[in-house]
Amino acid sequence: MNEELDKTVNNVDDIYEEVSEWHINVGGIKIVAKRLAGRFRTLKWLGMSIWSLFFLGPYLRWNESQAILFDLPNRQFNIFSITIYPQDIWMLSLTLIFFAILLAVVTSVAGRVFCGFFCFQTVWTDIFTIIEGKIEGNTPPKALKFNNAPWTANKLGRKALKHGLWLLIATLTGITFVSWFTDVFQLWKDLFSFQAPLFALVVIGAFIGGTYVFAGFMREQVCFWLCPYARLQGVMYDQDTILPAYDAERGEPRGRIKKGQEQSSKGSCIDCNVCVAVCPTGIDIRKGQQEGCITCGLCIDACDSIMDKVNQPHGLIRYASYKELHHNARSIPLYKRFRLYVYGLIMLGAIAGIINGFMTLSPTEFKVVHERQPLFVQLSDGSIQNKYTVKILNKTKETITVNFNIEGIEGATLHGLTEMIVEPGKVIPVTALVRVPEKYMISDLSPIVFKGIVVDSDITVEYKSMFMGPK
Amino acid sequence: MADKKNNPAEVKDTGHVWDGIRELDNPCPRWWLNSLWLSGVVVVVYFILYPSLPLINGSTKGLLGWTQINEYKEALAEVEVIRAPFEDALAAMSVEEILADQKMLNYAIGSSKVLFGDNCAACHGTGGAPAQNAGYPNLTDDDWLYGGDINEIEMSIAKGRAGTMPAHSKLLNATEVDQLVKFVVNSSNGTATEAGKALYAAKGCFACHGADAKGVKMMGSANLTDRIWRFSGTEEEVRYTILHGVNDGSDSKTRVAVMPAWSEKRAVILELTAEAIEDDEDPSEIDWDDELEGDESERLTEIEIKKLAVYVHQFGGGQ
Repeated sequence: MNEELDKTVNNVDDIYEEVSEWHINVGGIKIVAKRLAGRFRTLKWLGMSIWSLFFLGPYLRWNESQAILFDLPNRQFNIFSITIYPQDIWMLSLTLIFFAILLAVVTSVAGRVFCGFFCFQTVWTDIFTIIEGKIEGNTPPKALKFNNAPWTANKLGRKALKHGLWLLIATLTGITFVSWFTDVFQLWKDLFSFQAPLFALVVIGAFIGGTYVFAGFMREQVCFWLCPYARLQGVMYDQDTILPAYDAERGEPRGRIKKGQEQSSKGSCIDCNVCVAVCPTGIDIRKGQQEGCITCGLCIDACDSIMDKVNQPHGLIRYASYKELHHNARSIPLYKRFRLYVYGLIMLGAIAGIINGFMTLSPTEFKVVHERQPLFVQLSDGSIQNKYTVKILNKTKETITVNFNIEGIEGATLHGLTEMIVEPGKVIPVTALVRVPEKYMISDLSPIVFKGIVVDSDITVEYKSMFMGPK
Repeated sequence: MADKKNNPAEVKDTGHVWDGIRELDNPCPRWWLNSLWLSGVVVVVYFILYPSLPLINGSTKGLLGWTQINEYKEALAEVEVIRAPFEDALAAMSVEEILADQKMLNYAIGSSKVLFGDNCAACHGTGGAPAQNAGYPNLTDDDWLYGGDINEIEMSIAKGRAGTMPAHSKLLNATEVDQLVKFVVNSSNGTATEAGKALYAAKGCFACHGADAKGVKMMGSANLTDRIWRFSGTEEEVRYTILHGVNDGSDSKTRVAVMPAWSEKRAVILELTAEAIEDDEDPSEIDWDDELEGDESERLTEIEIKKLAVYVHQFGGGQ
C-alpha cells in the first residue's frame, strides 16, 4: 500500500519534473527575437508585401470614383464597374465560405501558414519589432542594457521616436481601414480640415489604439491567449500535415561541440539555441509542436545557417509531418486525402455560386407585394379588385423607365401603374390595382404574372403573384 | 524568470493536494489582471457619469444628466427635423396638389398609417375594409355615398357625416314593405320588375335615392342598383333598414350610422352626437362652436386630415 502510494507520488513528481521544463509565456519577458536572413524570412517578406494592397487599394480610381468602395451609408458595394446591393449580399457569404475553407485546406496541408506569413498580427508585430530593434538594440542583451540605462536625453529621444513611429503606422492603418468605406481623398481632406465625421474618427481611434497595443505591447500574447483562430487551426492538423519540426532522432542527444572534437557520440543538435533566439513567439521548437508556434519557419532558417557552419546537411529543423518524424513514413499524397476532396467540393460550390451570381447579377430588383387587408374588394359593378405594391430597384447606373403589364388572367386590367421612372440606386413603391370582371372570376386564387419592361433595353423582369377573390 | 515562476517545484501552492497533485497558486497574466482593474475603473467612472445608485426617492443623477426619456425625446426631435419640411409643405398644399406630387404623396401615405390605425381603423378596418356586415362603409371599393373625389373625402373626414333615412314602419303596410324589399334586392343584380319600380316611385323613395335609384351624392343616399351594400344585402336586413330607417330618432330601433367630425374639437363630439340621436335631434344641427367653446384640443389637425384624405383615397377606390 505504502509502496504503491510512493510510486504514485514518484510518478507525479516525474510529471512535475517534466512540467518544470515547460515554458508558459504569459508576457513576463519581452521577446527580442534575433533576425537572420533566409528562405522563410524572404517568404515572410513576400507574404507581408501583400498588405501593401491594403494601403494602396483605396487610391485606385475607376470612372472618377473609388474603384473599391464598401459604401455602407448608401447600402452598396462598388467593385470597379460592379455595384452590389444588399439583395446580392449572399455572394459575400459565399466569398467568406470560400476563404474559410481555403484556410482549412492550407492548414490541414501545411499548418498555420496564415499565422506565420500573412496574419495582420504577425505582420504588424514584425514591423513594430523591426523599428524597436533598430532603435533600442536588436538582441536581448542590447535591449536590456538600453532599457536599464538611466534616463538621458538620448534614451528619451529614442523612446519618443519609437512610439512616434508606432503611432504613425497605427494612424495610417486606421485611416486606411476607414478609407475602404468612404472616399479616401475626401477623408484626408476632412481629416486635415477637422471636419471628419465622428464615426470615422471613432473607428480610426479604435484602430490606432488596437494597433499600438496589440502590435506594440501584446504581440505574441495575442496569438497565445486572445486569438480563437490560433486554437481553431490546431485542430485541423493531422499526422500528414507538414509543420516546422525538430528532427529529434537526428538531433539528440544534443550537445555543444568543441573544435576538433569527435561528433559521433552526439546528435546533430549543437544546442546553440539560435532556433530559440529567432523565434518571434519565444518557443523552443525542439520541445515539439506547441500552441505558440505560428509556423513562420524562421527557426528553420536559423538552424540551416548553423548546419552550414558545422558542415552538416540542412533540415535538422524542417517542414515535416508527424508521420515522417515518428513513423519514418511518407505522408499520404495530397490526391489521396479524402478531406481535401470534401474541402475542394465546398470551395468549388462557393466559387461556382459567386461566378453564377456575377453572371446573373440582375440590373433591377422587382417585387410585387399583395395587399394583406383587404385581400380583395368587390366593386359596384361586381368585378373584383386586388391591390398590390410594386417595387422596383434600379441597380444600373442610369435612370430607367419601366412599363408594366400583367398576364395570366383573362379580362384582367391593370390600373394605377403605367410608366415608372427610377433613378439609379433608388427603389420606388407604387400601388397597382388589378380588376377582373365577375364573369372571368373562375377561382378564389389564380396566379398572375407582373411584367416590367425597361424601355430602350433588353431587360424584362417578371414577378409571379396571386389574384384573390371570394370563394 | 517566467520559467521559474511556472516551475511547479518552486511555485507556491494553495495547500490543497488531491492524490498527490498540488493545486498551484500561479499569478494571472499581467495584461489580464490589468484589464480586470481597468474594467473596475470603468465601472466607477460610469457610476459617476450616469444615473446608477438607487436612493429612496429615485437615484443618483450622474454628472452627464443622461436620462432615457431625454434620449427618446432627442431621437424624436431628430425625426421631427426630417419631417418638418414635408409638414410645412403639406400645410400649404391642397389635397389635390398632394395627389399630383409623387414625393409628397409617398410622404403623406407613409406617415398616415399610424393616424389611420389610431383614429379610423376601429370602424373601417386596418386596410380600409371593415368586417363584413359590421355596418361601416368600406373605403376600398368604388362606391361612395358622398363621392370618392379627394375633396369630398377630405370633407367627410373634417366635417363628419350622418345620413338619415326615415323609418317606414308606420308609413307602409306589410305588402308594400315586402314588395319594396324585393325591388331593392333585385335592383342590385338588375332584375327589378316594373311593378317594383312603380311602387318605389309611388312611395316617394326617389326623393332621396333618385329616380334611377342610384342614390344622390348630395344627400349621401345609397345607390340601390350596384353590388355594394351600405348595410347588408339579405332580404331580412333590407327589410330592417326600410322599417326602422337610419339615424331616425323617432324609431328606437333605427340604424345608427354617424361619422364623427374630425376637425372639430376633441372632447365630447361622439358623446354629443349620440345624445342628439337619442333625443330625436339631427346631429348635424348641433352648434359645435357653442358646445366646444374654450376647448382648445382638436381631434385631428388640418394637416392630419389632409394626410388621411390622401391615404383613404389611395386605398384603391378614390376617384
